[in-house]
Amino acid sequence: MFESFDALFLARFQFAFTIAFHIIFPAFTIGVASYLAVLEGLYLKTRNPVYQQLFRYWVKIFAVAFGMGVVSGIVMSYQFGTNWSVFSDKAGPVIGPLMGYEVLTAFFLEAGFLGVMLFGMNKVGEKLHFFATLMVAVGTAISAFWILSVNSWMQTPAGYAMNDVGQFVVTDWFEVVFNPSFPYRLAHMLLAAYLTVAFVVGAVGAWHLLKDKTNAAARKMFSMAMWMALIVAPLQVLVGDFHGLNTQEHQPAKVAAMEGHFHTEARAPLYLFGMPNQETAEVDYALKVPGLASIILKHDIDAEVTGLDQFPREDWPPVATVFWAFRIMVGVGMLMVLAGLWSGFQRLRGKLYDNKLLLRFSLLMGPMGFVAVIAGWIVTEVGRQPWVIYGLLRTADAASPIDKAGVAGSLIAFIVVYFLVFGAGTFYILRKMAGNPEQVTIPDYAKHKATMAAERIYDEEV
Amino acid sequence: MDYALIWAILISVAVFAYVALDGFDLGIALLFPWFKKEEDRDVMMNTVAPVWDGNETWLVLGGGGLLAVFPLAYSVLMPALYMPVIAMLLGLIFRGVAFEYRFKTKRAKGIWDLSFITGSLIAAMSQGIMLGAMLQGIQVTGREYSGGWFDWLTPFTIFCGVAVVIGYMMLGATWLVMKTSGDLQRQSYRAGWYTTILLVACIAFVSLYLPYVDPFIAERWFTYPASVGLWALPILLAVMTIGLLRSLHRKQEGRPYLWGLGMFLLAYTGFAVSIFPYLVPRSITLWEAAAPDNSLKFLLVGAVFLLPMIFAYTGYTYWVFRGKVDPDSGYHD
Repeated sequence: MFESFDALFLARFQFAFTIAFHIIFPAFTIGVASYLAVLEGLYLKTRNPVYQQLFRYWVKIFAVAFGMGVVSGIVMSYQFGTNWSVFSDKAGPVIGPLMGYEVLTAFFLEAGFLGVMLFGMNKVGEKLHFFATLMVAVGTAISAFWILSVNSWMQTPAGYAMNDVGQFVVTDWFEVVFNPSFPYRLAHMLLAAYLTVAFVVGAVGAWHLLKDKTNAAARKMFSMAMWMALIVAPLQVLVGDFHGLNTQEHQPAKVAAMEGHFHTEARAPLYLFGMPNQETAEVDYALKVPGLASIILKHDIDAEVTGLDQFPREDWPPVATVFWAFRIMVGVGMLMVLAGLWSGFQRLRGKLYDNKLLLRFSLLMGPMGFVAVIAGWIVTEVGRQPWVIYGLLRTADAASPIDKAGVAGSLIAFIVVYFLVFGAGTFYILRKMAGNPEQVTIPDYAKHKATMAAERIYDEEV
Repeated sequence: MDYALIWAILISVAVFAYVALDGFDLGIALLFPWFKKEEDRDVMMNTVAPVWDGNETWLVLGGGGLLAVFPLAYSVLMPALYMPVIAMLLGLIFRGVAFEYRFKTKRAKGIWDLSFITGSLIAAMSQGIMLGAMLQGIQVTGREYSGGWFDWLTPFTIFCGVAVVIGYMMLGATWLVMKTSGDLQRQSYRAGWYTTILLVACIAFVSLYLPYVDPFIAERWFTYPASVGLWALPILLAVMTIGLLRSLHRKQEGRPYLWGLGMFLLAYTGFAVSIFPYLVPRSITLWEAAAPDNSLKFLLVGAVFLLPMIFAYTGYTYWVFRGKVDPDSGYHD
């Protein structure tokens, strides 16, 4: 086992660690930014102060999460070069401009208007402030567009040729940006971000409702979140299925790993549980439903499903990781659908805020969106292995000429710093969430505009 | 058209925008040890809180842009500067989160002050070290970095690191002169004065030392008559320095920061002149490092439209938050 801890392994681990941490924040801020835009829009339309309370409540949580997203994101933009220099040299002409567009169209937009959104309420009018919030929300979505285009190109490369120094060069930018897996991956990720936040908002609402079910702000939050769960969770299952069929077409080895199919067979079984064994090419301790995989993947019980035996062994992804990550993601997805349906049922009965079991379940579901997001990324990224650009460039051939000690040092530093710094941030966010949304006070902005002063009270005297 | 050259200029603009903008907000953190009063530190932080993360976005553009248009330079420089790059990133994490965390706690406020100061110091120092490492040259074989693990660490690069720290402190002090009032402003005037003098000494040392040890740079700056035009740079730098010191002396609030930016622009131009046409000094020129024209054009189309828009709304943000920062304001209520 230890001989596998070479510089390459450490570099992969470092990238996986830093990006897994990073993805939590964008997934959260994409969703919260849109939620804030909705809240502020609803307030301007209805003038119901509860929307303004909720806006002020969530905007502070957003600010902390956004800060963590920015600093962990800067790391990503340099890590391609520090640890994957061969990949950067070869793929830079293709993916670089897409990331350049991400910075130019999204990052500046978010960062530019974030200041007005957070600090400008008493400096600009409320319409202009709403515009700033919208720009932040739009910026987060545009950012997802570009970075998922980059990732999808690495999964399903298109529109490229090779030049004489071994670089990928573009023959058709439209084919590069809108490569075959991109639309599915983008839709799947955006919905994941919205769902993740819906369950976080739902959990915060449920927490406060469990303490006091008459809390108006908590009721509003919980109700909005459960509408999202009811509508978006089933939609996500549908989009996920389309995404899976697309993967089946372009990366069949990945789907075989997801399903634990080592052998090509008709009436392929669906493994509910089991331990895929890469050595023996069998699924140990399998619990399976015969024929079901053929039905799901091919919509025909007698259809033959491609197994990993169709691919050379050196092209297999690590099967067990992909297999299990996939089951975790799907399992969480099913629980989300369940939460949505259950809340719909209670809403029909007029007991949405009264059912303690539903509230407790929603509380537990709070962090589950993040679990599903990370599990989903493990499926798609580990499932792409051993390739960094699918079928074209092996991960092993893409790393920087950095020795083991160097990567080990930076990896340890990242682990220590991330747990310390982002641990503290998570603590502050949780403490904000424990604060009662109903007690958020709305300062008189018109008055403050005149005097240009606002009270400064620390959040907690600790 | 020479797209590679256009992009080299655009990337230089992005890096300068980063230095000019993040420079003052890093500088403010570097000045914290001399401003001990909590209320002063609150105000100092609030002068940059609405803009800091836009400022750091220029660094992302610098990195992302380099990957996009000069992938070979990016893939050689990053491994060559591995340790200072990682140190800078970690430093930026510690300082970036302090903007929010600091106002979320009273008991641990001192910890986040320390995190703000140390993180900024590490980031600024690393940037200076990278600058120095580029000036002393980077060894390349084929398309890969082939120098040693600690090539970036020499007395010269450390000196450059210190110089950048002092430079950022000067920008921070002149920014505070513009944005604050009362005792805080008086103290900033003093800080501006000392850091300017130290900075000029550093720039002078580097300018004399480099041509002395490096024939390439000596030739670039001291070939008659080709180099004569370049002599405008040190002369203008002297003018800027005098302007800066005079505006500090006369207590002209808004001017010192602009003079300070002028000094940075000239020093930065001097750096560019000293390494041109190399992107990886003495190994890879900007034309060798450039991505195929097709990639350069694709991104240029967007940049031509988007950069002016970015300048416009970034300018708008600065305009919204113009004027002195009220010691009693802030959104952290």
